[in-house]
Amino acid sequence: MLSVDIEKQLGDFKLEASFTSDGLVTGLFGNSGAGKTSIINMIAGLTAPDRGHISLDNDVLDDHASGVHVPPHRRRIGYVFQDARLFPHLSVRQNLDYGRRMNGFAHDVAAEKRTIDLLDIGHLSNRRPAQLSGGERQRVALGRALLAKPRLLLLDEPLGSLDEERKAEILPYLIRLRDEASVPMVFVSHDPAEMRRLATNVVILKRGKVVAFGGTDVLPAVL
Amino acid sequence: MSAISPEEWTAILLSLRVAAIATLVATPLGIAVAWLLARFDFWGKAALDAMIYLPLVLPPVVTGYLLLLTFGRKGLVGAWLADTLGIVFAFRWTGAALACGVMSFPLLVRPIRLSIEAVDRRLEQAASTLGAAPWRVFLTVTLPLALPGILAGMVLGFAKAIGEFGATITFVSNIPGETQTISAAIYSLTQTPDGDSAALRLVIVSIAIAMVALIASEILARRATARLHGY
Repeated sequence: MLSVDIEKQLGDFKLEASFTSDGLVTGLFGNSGAGKTSIINMIAGLTAPDRGHISLDNDVLDDHASGVHVPPHRRRIGYVFQDARLFPHLSVRQNLDYGRRMNGFAHDVAAEKRTIDLLDIGHLSNRRPAQLSGGERQRVALGRALLAKPRLLLLDEPLGSLDEERKAEILPYLIRLRDEASVPMVFVSHDPAEMRRLATNVVILKRGKVVAFGGTDVLPAVL
Repeated sequence: MSAISPEEWTAILLSLRVAAIATLVATPLGIAVAWLLARFDFWGKAALDAMIYLPLVLPPVVTGYLLLLTFGRKGLVGAWLADTLGIVFAFRWTGAALACGVMSFPLLVRPIRLSIEAVDRRLEQAASTLGAAPWRVFLTVTLPLALPGILAGMVLGFAKAIGEFGATITFVSNIPGETQTISAAIYSLTQTPDGDSAALRLVIVSIAIAMVALIASEILARRATARLHGY
């Protein structure tokens, strides 16, 4: 169960968002500038709210009143960025292994193989990020986040930087991830069609405020 | 022009040793200072920044004299180091290394600082979400990505240290076999009748060392950049 109740001043507008979700995929939906990325940056711990509270499965991550702010590296929350952010000086294999090394986990060969097969990235192991296509980069970023064994996976417009064809290539992987990897996700998008296919719960944001919350039926109709 | 004499070899090897030690000791400190300046705003930052660049703009004789006052046998720090740790800088080759390290520090720090500033903070954020504590982010992401700048700073610092003259001769004098570096030896030879051919030999050696250092730095930086970007 993810619980978010935060306030943060962002330039000329104030983000005031409050929602709880125990859905498999919580969709944060809204136009650019609605505050979606700011919210998941706070869930990840990359920034702290001005006021409020964030908790995951009764584990308090942020609590302004008691001065709690768990740093990102202790949250076990995975993050797939819109721009992938693979480490350019490491091979795909080393990128995938990074979270395991940093957390001091033992190798789990079966789980690693499962994730790598799920995302079809086994043949890319020895390449460098510069030698990957946009879609491949995004799949490796997904694998890298998953192999750090997160309790929650944040996806910030993971399809946003891709053209239509690549989007169609990645979306099925995300759906497989939802159905097979059993890691709860928060998925940020401004595309109602993507939302409808992936999300189980939807939070609609408008200029920093939650204007609707519910199933995918709260999404605007696709024209 | 005849071959290089044993005395000249002594000065050449001493210069190389002094510059190498100065660079190796100054590099970790330079990385730490560059990182502080690149990544943090703190009280006194402008003063620290100015202090590092001071040796670049002060007359070298002033820097050397200040070192003598501070690290000489009667200097505040020098006396303490000699009494407690037995480390003596005055009129020793270690003092020459200290003078070279101080004089080359601004040239060493600048490329490192620029390369750390150029490292994408978003990659560091990504590392932290994967479970890397801040010091591991620094070691596994920031430092390797700043490597070309670190190499460039080291070579530049080394080349400056090889050529240092004013501060060194003021601080530790010009003692053959102990503190007489190539520059000091050339200076002595120009003051000696019939010293011209020996001076010229050392001039050629110092030009050769500088050229090799610059070419090596160019090659290293290119390789490091290529490796980092995976081409």
